[in-house]
Formats: sequence, C-alpha cells, structure tokens
Amino acid sequence: MPPIPLSQRLSIATRVVAAVVGGYTIASLAIAVLALLIPAEPSEAALAATMLSFAIYVAIAVSVFAIRSVWRMAACMVAAIAVLEATLWACRRMYWL
Amino acid sequence: MKAGFRQTMAWSHGWAGVLVGWILYAVFVSGTLSYFKDEISHWMRPELSQARPQPDAIAQALRILHERAADSPRWLIDVPEARSPTLRVGWSITPERGKPSNLLRRFESLEIDPVTGEELHSRPTRGGEFFRQFHSELSLPPIWGRWIVGACAMTMLFGIVSGVITHGNIFRKRLSFRPGAGPRPWREAHNIAAVLFLPYHVMITYTGLITLMLMYMPSAVEARYRFDPGAFLMEIAPAPATGVATGRRADLAPLEPMLREARRRWDGVGPESINIEHPGDAGARIHMRRGDAGRISANAQILTFDGVTGALVSATPRQSPALLTYGVLRGWHFAHFSPALVRWMFVLCGMVGAAMVASALILWSAKRVPKPGDSSSWRLAHRALQSLNRGAIVGLWWGVAAYFLANRLLPVDLPFRAAWEARCFFIVWGLSFLVAAMQKARSGWATHFAIAALAFASLPVVNALTTRAHLGHSIPAGSWVYAGFDLAMLGLAGLFAVAAAKSFVAERK
Repeated sequence: MPPIPLSQRLSIATRVVAAVVGGYTIASLAIAVLALLIPAEPSEAALAATMLSFAIYVAIAVSVFAIRSVWRMAACMVAAIAVLEATLWACRRMYWL
Repeated sequence: MKAGFRQTMAWSHGWAGVLVGWILYAVFVSGTLSYFKDEISHWMRPELSQARPQPDAIAQALRILHERAADSPRWLIDVPEARSPTLRVGWSITPERGKPSNLLRRFESLEIDPVTGEELHSRPTRGGEFFRQFHSELSLPPIWGRWIVGACAMTMLFGIVSGVITHGNIFRKRLSFRPGAGPRPWREAHNIAAVLFLPYHVMITYTGLITLMLMYMPSAVEARYRFDPGAFLMEIAPAPATGVATGRRADLAPLEPMLREARRRWDGVGPESINIEHPGDAGARIHMRRGDAGRISANAQILTFDGVTGALVSATPRQSPALLTYGVLRGWHFAHFSPALVRWMFVLCGMVGAAMVASALILWSAKRVPKPGDSSSWRLAHRALQSLNRGAIVGLWWGVAAYFLANRLLPVDLPFRAAWEARCFFIVWGLSFLVAAMQKARSGWATHFAIAALAFASLPVVNALTTRAHLGHSIPAGSWVYAGFDLAMLGLAGLFAVAAAKSFVAERK
C-alpha cells in the first residue's frame, strides 16, 4: 500500500472527530430546539424530538464526509452549532420564564 | 464529485465496520438468542419441565398467599402462560420492630406447578436473561456496556447509510452469488444479506437506539423540562394510585369480576402480573398489568382496582401519538408480541444480520491477504486478524454451547452456580481465541466449526442423560419448549457441520 500523505491523514482525523463529536453536539442541540418548538404537549414534543435524534445524527455524520473541503466542512459545522445555540438560548428565554 | 463521495463512503463503511464489527456480531447473536429468552430460561430449569399453565392458577395463588403471607403489605402474582408456565407468587416482609432488618430478606417468593399445586425448587441460573443482558450491556458495568453498545449501534446506523450509498441503486443493481476463492464471494454474500434484509437491519438498529434514547440523548427532555427528567417520566408513565393502609381489616373482593373487566378492556388478554397492596386491609388496592400478547406497544398498561369493593380506581389513559410511537418502536425491538411463527421469522432475520456482519469481517481480512512481497509484520498482523475473526465468529458459539452444557453438568448445589454458568461462557469463548491463535492460518475454520457442531450435537444427549425431559419424552408429551430447544440445538449442530465440511474442502485446495 502506498503511504498516505500527512495532509490527507489530518483531513481524515478531522472528519472522524467532526462526525462523532460534532454530529452528537448538533443532534443534541437540534432536538433541544425541536422539543421547545414543536407545538404539542411537553412530553409529546420531547419524545418526538428525541426519537428523531439518531436520524439527525447519522445525516450529519454522512454530510461531514460529503463536503469536499475540510475547511468548508469545519466552517459549516461551527456555523450550525452557533445558530442552534443561539436559537436554543432564545427558545429557553421564551419558555423558561 | 459523485464518484468521490461514493468512494469516501465505501472507505468509511469499511473502517467503521471493522471498528465495531466484532462487538456488533456478538450483539446480533445474543439479541437473536434473546428472542427465545423465556424458552431458554425454562429449558435451563428442568425441575419445572412438567408445569403447565392452568386457568385456575390465580385463585390458587391467592390461597397460598392467604396461608403463607396473611400479614404482608404486598403480594405479587406472576400469572403462568404458555411461554413461562410456572406460577410465581411473592410477598414482601415488614421488618419486625426492634430487630435489625436484613435487606436481602425483605422479599420471599415461591414457584408453583399450576396443575399439581406443588412447590417447585429449580437450580439457580440466569437463564435467557444472561443473553438479554449481554446483548445490551456486554456483561460490563451497565453504564459502560450501554454506552459501548449504543456507540456500536450508532456506527451500525452509519454503516447502513454509507453502505446503501456505496452500493448505489439497491433496487436496480442485480444481486448475484458465485462461489469461489478470494474476497468476491464474501462481498456478494454480504451484499445479499444486507440488501434483502435491509428493512430489518434499519428497524432493529434504530429501535435498539430508541430503547435507551433517554439515556443517550437527554437534551430534548432537559430543554423542555428544565433539567427535571423526573417530571417527564411522571407524565409519560404515571404511577398508578397507591393504596394507604387504614389499619381496619376487610376481606379482599373476589378477583374474577376484575379479571373479566381486564379482559374486556384488553381485547381478551388477561394480566401477566397482579400486584396487591395491603391485602386484608380496608385500603387494599389491586394493580393488574397487561401482558404483551396481542399488542405491539411496549408501554405499560395498568388497571387499578379497589381491593375491597372491586371498583375500578384508575386505568392507564389513552396514549397520545408520540408516546404510542415510542412504545411501538420499542415493542418492535423486543418482539414480545410475536406468536411462534413471527418469532422464528425474527430469529431468521437476526441470524442473517449476524451473517452479514461476519461475512463483512471475513471480507475485510480476505481483501488484505499478504502477497509475496509484504513485510513479515503485516503477515503476523494478518494471522492475528484471522484468529480474532475465528474466535469472535465461531468461538462465540462455543461459549453459548458451554453455557447450556454447564447448566446441565455443574453440580446443582454448587455455590454461585448461576455465576459459574456465565463464567463457563466467557472461559470457553476465551479458549476459542487461544485455539485459533495456535492453529495454522489456513486450516483453522474447519476445526473451529467442527468443535461448535460437536458441542451443539452433544446438548440433546447431555440433556437426555441428566434430565427426564429428553426428546423421547418431550415430543410425545407435546412439551414444545423442550422439544423445540433440543431440535434447535441439533439444527445449529447441522449448520456448523455443513460449514465445517465446506471450509474443510476450501482449505484443502
């Protein structure tokens, strides 16, 4: 087997970490936002959101490998986490008061 | 771009698979065995082999409890049914005042033959529950085991998606199987097992994650309930109204009208267990829990009656869509609802799932067979890989057979007998890795399969020598748990014998 260049190894390592940790973080944030936004009884909204979590997680993990440039992938991930965090913060302000 | 993406998916499918493949295989096998948890538990306690369910069992249980535990604050009755035909009664003991209470002596239970009314004493064993627990916790501390199995299941879900993308259009591409040497037949076997049974693989993986989703993904509940999961649990599974002891004596109302009411509300299915609080007191309450037959949802359904007047106090309310979905998804995973034929179909699907993982593991190593110019360290690593494959794929079955054999062969009064049965499973499984490491790289599979075949073929024989519930007795008596178990073991032995013969021929070439 030909040796794999360092840049490619770094790219692979970044994507694996992004898929596992980033995917979990985004899925977690997304279902928290969904649980607050789904217009249903609290238990219904929380259950429905949690049941979707693994589908969201796997979709993100696959997308991480679909985006060609590692920089663009990382930027998308940071942006998604920032937007979700902000939305969650706003939703909590609305619901928890 | 598209070809590049598909290549990336193929590559990550392979590495994700080899990372979790060995664990996934063990989870598939133990999960498949768990479909027959009740039957395995019953077979592993041959002292109970004569027991048959009987409609009068509940009245009998009440008679025994009145005699033995009139002063107990709580009675429990496990109603016998076809898959676990014994009657179990239990009661809790209030510690006497002034005496130091022993935590282990807070609860007493009896196992009874519903027909003869005799008390049965069975050998200590974990039965099928051992496989159920290994399936979800790998016999590790629960927190560790559950997270590891969860991570493997999530990787499996990723593997399913990346596999479908790699394979392209699964409906248009033709599946073929051409036996021969090299990696190709393994790839084709993997594709057939994966594509034809794709709905099952998706269902079992996703619902498996759902069973522990509140542990894996707590953020939705935390957000909506302000970090108070207790409040959430009270809403989805409200505790039935508990009774309060009044201190005034009153006779227990007859159970027959309550059982009729339960059957009327539950499409003709009676309760699987009955819990009586404060029997003999004016504040008595009777809780009946619905069995799993005739419904898919795994959500509990409980009817609570006033123990003195017999009036219905509370019933599990009609469930809203998300809660019902949650129950149905978990119910699909457990398959408790399934009648015998459906259960065997689930077992077939589970076995194909295990075969899918096994063929992928073998494919991964077959694609990397050392070529003449390769380094000696890679040769060594590849041999280790093959030994690991043999131990993980075939050796696991040695452990399963050893677990069942230990149940029949260990002395009945051995201290920590149940733990020793489980140890036999792990010791023999470990031994299989050792044997695999000492074998020559090319001729190992045939020996491994042959030993598994012998072990499973010996089970009905050992059963016949150590118990009276052998095939000559169980088939004429219509005792299908015993007959089915012995025949299934012979079937497994046959399967392994065929595999041994096939690999013997392949290894001779």
